[in-house]
Amino acid sequence: MSALTRAEAEGLIQEVLEVYPEAAKQDRARHLAVNDHALERSKKCITANRKSLPGVMTARGCAYAGSKGVVWGPIKDMIHVSHGPVGCGQYSRAGRRNYYVGFTGVNTFGTMNFTSDFQEKDVVFGGDKKLAKVLAEIEALFPVNKGISVQSECPIGLIGDDIEAVARKSSAEIGKPVIPVRCEGFRGVSQSLGHHIANDSIRDWVLEGVTRGESGPYDVAIIGDYNIGGDAWSSRILLEEMGLNVVAQWSGDGTLAELKRTPQVRMNLLHCYRSMNYISRHMETKYGIPWLEYNFFGPTKIAESLRQIASHFDDHIKEGAERVIARYQPLVDAINDKYRPRLNGKRVMLYVGGLRPRHVVGAYEDLGMEVVGAGYEFGHNDDYDRTLKELGDATLLYDDVTGYEMEKFVERIRPDLIGAGIKEKYGFQKMGIPFRQMHSWDYSGPYHGYDGYAIFARDMDMTVNNPCWQKLRAPWKKGA
Amino acid sequence: MPLVMLRKDSEGRLICYVPKKDLEARVTALEHDGEELWGGRLTLEDGESWYLEPISPRPGLPFEARVKRI
Ligand code: SF4
Repeated sequence: MSALTRAEAEGLIQEVLEVYPEAAKQDRARHLAVNDHALERSKKCITANRKSLPGVMTARGCAYAGSKGVVWGPIKDMIHVSHGPVGCGQYSRAGRRNYYVGFTGVNTFGTMNFTSDFQEKDVVFGGDKKLAKVLAEIEALFPVNKGISVQSECPIGLIGDDIEAVARKSSAEIGKPVIPVRCEGFRGVSQSLGHHIANDSIRDWVLEGVTRGESGPYDVAIIGDYNIGGDAWSSRILLEEMGLNVVAQWSGDGTLAELKRTPQVRMNLLHCYRSMNYISRHMETKYGIPWLEYNFFGPTKIAESLRQIASHFDDHIKEGAERVIARYQPLVDAINDKYRPRLNGKRVMLYVGGLRPRHVVGAYEDLGMEVVGAGYEFGHNDDYDRTLKELGDATLLYDDVTGYEMEKFVERIRPDLIGAGIKEKYGFQKMGIPFRQMHSWDYSGPYHGYDGYAIFARDMDMTVNNPCWQKLRAPWKKGA
Repeated sequence: MPLVMLRKDSEGRLICYVPKKDLEARVTALEHDGEELWGGRLTLEDGESWYLEPISPRPGLPFEARVKRI
């Protein structure tokens, strides 16, 4: 069965909106759209990055999640203190699977949870003293840390603690950077503002005073790759194989020293535009370092990206890119031969964060699959601008989709696979629809690069063609 | 008086980025585009116009500036 026609998709949206009261209907109508290739700009058809309505089910996170969970968390040799009550950090601990090398608890701290564990008395009398004590204790217990970041949770902003003053004082005492981040969960409409706040704090507290260094001819930095399941590693080897010198990884498996060395690179390679475009733009204005968006999902996009990256360097790198593409071609052919027949024509609906709804489209298409609906939890209009041309005409678009809407869309479209988050997973599996958790790759990965494509293809096949989907109906209900 | 960032995209076209509005738009016309004087009226692809106090001489890109709505 093919995708919906434009009229059907528009009809479906109308039908779904029907149940809402007038005000909610008007609001939600602006977030649902049907892709139109004639449009250059998404703001003509879809509204994004707006406050979710109370009363509807949203899958968004908070600014603290965007800063601690996404941007700062993976920096492995720093300790990130979840400043406030214990829950925010504990329930999100290590959930994102940002892989790193090192001895956890000695020189790396990625999967550990540090918190100031706020109690009632800290809220009443202020938590600055406690924070100072926490920082001193951390330094005593984990002397090999390279610095500490203080990630504020909601109460810190509400009671007006002066974490900047504490950070400055402690930093002088322990002789290491202590970076206060004002990422209280209530700021902004989603985790997206947390990314921005985190980027700004890196700008103000890490890159401040750093000057443009001596640059090698092929120095680049990987920006916006969080090494989920090893993603940054499978990307990095491709860049290195083509002759580039990867100086820094932001921030998956990254270190503070790498961040500080980034202003020496020739070019910033930006994978997740949403979470790190701010710092890329800053480095472009301050140091004149150009940035380039690339996409390492699926062989078509990888080859395109490698060539695009190479076009900014000399012939040595250009040849390198061709060599890499040629070298992996047999691998790609083998994957396609094996999985395409099993996946061809299957239809996928996506609802993910800030980059994947557009970035993984190419990988699915390489496998012969079709994306029939896509949406962002916290994308902005510039994300949708970039999405319109990646998707087929008349594809369903949904921004900050509510639980109800998504369910209705799925009921009608009956896709062969859904890629979304853990909050959606079990509901859809119970509806009998194969599901992949596309935030942290469902305990799998990496999905970036050629090696990642092999795993991606296997996982999709394993999910879509899993025999369990035939066993959902009780035998006595099957009929003759 | 929003802050905007003017930069060249990969194809060398002038792009205006308005962080507050998440707007990234091509500049379709620029009043003064010379070595001596640069700025003036900026027209974006969606038809919006802004005024940038002309600068002399032409600044290096990317360039951050405050612009006025016309
Ligand atoms: S919204 Fe506030 S309390 Fe909730 S997880 Fe985020 S920081 Fe913690």
